[in-house]
Order: sequence, then C-alpha cells, then structure tokens
Amino acid sequence: MLLTMNFLFAFGLTFVYELRITQIMTISIGLVRSSLVRKYWMALTGLFLCSFLVVHLLGNLPLLMEDKESFNSYAHFMTNFPLIKIISYGLYLSIVLHSVDGLLLTRSNKKARETSYVQYNGKANASWSSRNMAILGTLTLVFLIIHMKSFWYEMHFGNIPVYTNSSGKELKDLYSITVAAFEQPWYSIFYVFAMMGLGFHLWHGFASSFQTLGINHAKYTPFIEIFGKAFSVIISLAFASIPLYILLS
Amino acid sequence: MNFTINVWRQNGPKEKGKIATYQVSGISNDMSFLEMIDVLNEQLITQNINPVVFDHDCREGICGMCSMFINGEAHGPGRGVTTCQLHMREFKDGDTITIEPFRAKAFPVIKDLMVDRSSFDRIIQAGGYVSVNTSGNLPDANATPIEKQDADAAFDAATCIGCGACVATCKNASAMLFTSAKVSQLSLLPQGKIEANERVLNMVKQMDMEGFGNCTNTGACEVECPKGISIENIARMNREFLGASITSK
Repeated sequence: MLLTMNFLFAFGLTFVYELRITQIMTISIGLVRSSLVRKYWMALTGLFLCSFLVVHLLGNLPLLMEDKESFNSYAHFMTNFPLIKIISYGLYLSIVLHSVDGLLLTRSNKKARETSYVQYNGKANASWSSRNMAILGTLTLVFLIIHMKSFWYEMHFGNIPVYTNSSGKELKDLYSITVAAFEQPWYSIFYVFAMMGLGFHLWHGFASSFQTLGINHAKYTPFIEIFGKAFSVIISLAFASIPLYILLS
Repeated sequence: MNFTINVWRQNGPKEKGKIATYQVSGISNDMSFLEMIDVLNEQLITQNINPVVFDHDCREGICGMCSMFINGEAHGPGRGVTTCQLHMREFKDGDTITIEPFRAKAFPVIKDLMVDRSSFDRIIQAGGYVSVNTSGNLPDANATPIEKQDADAAFDAATCIGCGACVATCKNASAMLFTSAKVSQLSLLPQGKIEANERVLNMVKQMDMEGFGNCTNTGACEVECPKGISIENIARMNREFLGASITSK
C-alpha cells in the first residue's frame, strides 16, 4: 500500500515536473518561434530605442549651450543613479536584440529568394529607406560602437580628468573630452553622416513598428506616420547639430 | 509595334536558366501582354524554337494565373492589373521588355515563366476555412447581422486571387499580404471568429514553413496587388497573431 502510494506520489511529481518543463520550453520557444514574434521583438526594441534617443538628446542639449556644468552633472547622474543603471541594462539588451534579430531576419529574407531578378524596379513601389533598413541599421550599429568607445567606455573605464564644480563636487569632465573629440573635423563629419543614416532608418522604422504590432487604424495611422517622419527629421538634425556646432564654433 | 523581348528560359526546375533575346513584330497596341506572348510564340515556332511556357487561364483578371515579372515589376508597369489586363499601349514601339518568372524560394520555377504556387494552397489548407455543418438545415445567410464596415472589409480581403504578385514584388519574398487577406476575410465575420485563434496560428506557421521571407512593411505588395488589397490586413494579422499567441492554450 505504502509502496503504491509512494510510487503514485513519485509518478505525480515527475508528471508535474515534466509538465512544467514542457510549459517553460513552449514559452521560450514561443519567444522566437515565429517570424511574426521575431518582428514583434524588432518593433518593441526599436520603439524603446526611440524613447532613449529623446532622453539622450535632451541630456546632450547643454553641449549646444556650452553649459559645462549641466552636461557633466547629467553624465554623472546617468552613470551613477541606480534606476538609470537598471534601465541602461535594458538598453544594452535592446541594442543587442535589435541587431541580432535584424541580422537573423535579413538572413532569412535573403534565403527566401535564392535567384535574384535580372531587373528589379524597387523604387516603383516602395520608399528608399524602407528598402534599405538593414544597411541603414548596420551603419547605425557601426556608429554606435565607435560612439560608445569614445564616450561611454571612456566615462566608465577610461581616464577622464576630474574637476571640481561650482558646488564643490568632484566630477569627471566628460564635457572637455566631448568638445575635444568634435573639434576633429573627420570625427564630426562621420557623426553627421551617421545621423543621416539614423534619420532614414527612423523615417521608415518608427511607423513600421506600429504596423508590426498590429496598430493600424484609419483614425490614428496618418498621425503616427507624420509623427514618425517629423521625429526622424528632428532627432537626426538635432543630434547632427551638436558636432557641427562644436566644430564650427 | 515591334519589341525586343528579353525572356527567362529555363528547361526545368533543376536546370539553370538564362535570359534569351527575341524580336517580335506586328503587335497591335490593343493587344494584351499575353496576346503579345502568343504572337511571339507563333513566331518562335516558325523559327523552330521552343515556345515560351507561361501560366494563363481566364484572361480577364480574375484567376491570377499570369505570373510574369515585367521590366522589374510584378504584372508590369500597370496598377491594379494582372498581366492579361496589361495592354501593349503601355509600352513604346521599339521598347526592350524584360520578362522573368515570379521569383521566390517558395515559388520554384517549373519551366520558363511558369512557377509552382502550391505553397499558397498549403497555407489555405492550414486554416483558410470555416467549420460549418452544411448537411440538412442551413441557417438563413442573412439571419446573422454583420456590420456594413466589417462586411466590406471582409469582402475587400476576399477579392485576393492568390496570384502571388505580393510575394514576387516583395524584396523579402514575404507572403504576409496573401496570408493576412485569407486570415482577414474569415476573422472579420462572425462565422469565422470561432476558429480565429487557431486559424491565424496555423496559417502563419505554414507560411513560415514554406520558406517565405519576413515582412519589413515596405508596402510594395499593396501597390503591385492587382486587387488593391490593403496592408491593413497585415496589421490585423499581426494583431490577431499576437493575441492568439498570448491567449491560446
């Protein structure tokens, strides 16, 4: 009797355990299972990165006002405030996910047409930016790596001169590093070029991510499209103006 | 009118194909594109050359068989037309016209311009139906009230003739417009709502298995679609798939 109960108990446990494993596996396979799910990740990470662009731009506006104090306080806050640190890990993850997912999707898109057309008139029915998202994305990623090496890496692990601000606090002087970097013409020109790429990437990407998430409505879609285009122009021009301003002033 | 025709010649699915150049003369500008091919084939036969194999059936724009990629566009330069509805007056006398088969891994070439589109049939088999008992007492078709907007949207989606122009023109060879039209035409109506979750999951799964590419929302498909199917259907499918993935057991 006891043996039977023991057996039943063990069997039950194994069953429940196996059920759990299957469930967890189903969920984790579900996250990458379908082409559509992979696109949802693309859209969600893309929109999250868009929200980062806004914060990043606002934080960097002191560069245009030559406000060393605000800029260095902002840089200090962004590298030390705990909540920002947590969000920043989400940001790194988003960048990696968006890039890897984009790479995988592009690879499977290339595989879907083994023999290419002799003559293909892409511009007849689709915008240039929508047809070149992978190239524009790669350009943005290359820019991002160089950009993070120049400032993010230096701020976190490099030797940045420390100075004392007006309230007597010791801060890393990222402002001087930034200004020195942008005073190099080739460096600034590369930034402007990369921001144009980012602008075209957003020109299509912003509204496209809503479509991917199934948000398409006669009332709201025209607004989303116009907002996305305005967003891409404003963000790219505003970011490009920073190195240009420093270079020319 | 006289034309120089560059046409894809491929003897069989496993053979290597290449572009062949022929001259065709005595074309009337009232002829449809397929009639021009008929004349070309007559002329080829007299020269002891195998005629160009191409798909065609109704020749009035409702069957979707005429799968030609003309001068870099699916069904040629016209809008809202199939190849049989394209007239030679769209071209200038002496033009060089390049004709290729619809190209996608999921549409293998059978011979010359004829491709195997049975992957579309398998997507429909995966869920493009409504399970209704049709033996005996049929309910009155008008007994179920359906909102006019929904009925119209379902009908618009149902006008898809499954020609494959969306796949052919998509730079990723994605079948999202086709699949989403087939999902939408049923899920918008009360009879189709019952199996909506299962349908969208199964049809998308089949679409992925056939080796089509992923949608990047370029919108080229809706421009080239002879029936003007809107990419709103793609958004609807994205929305339904997301909901079904989360809520299905």
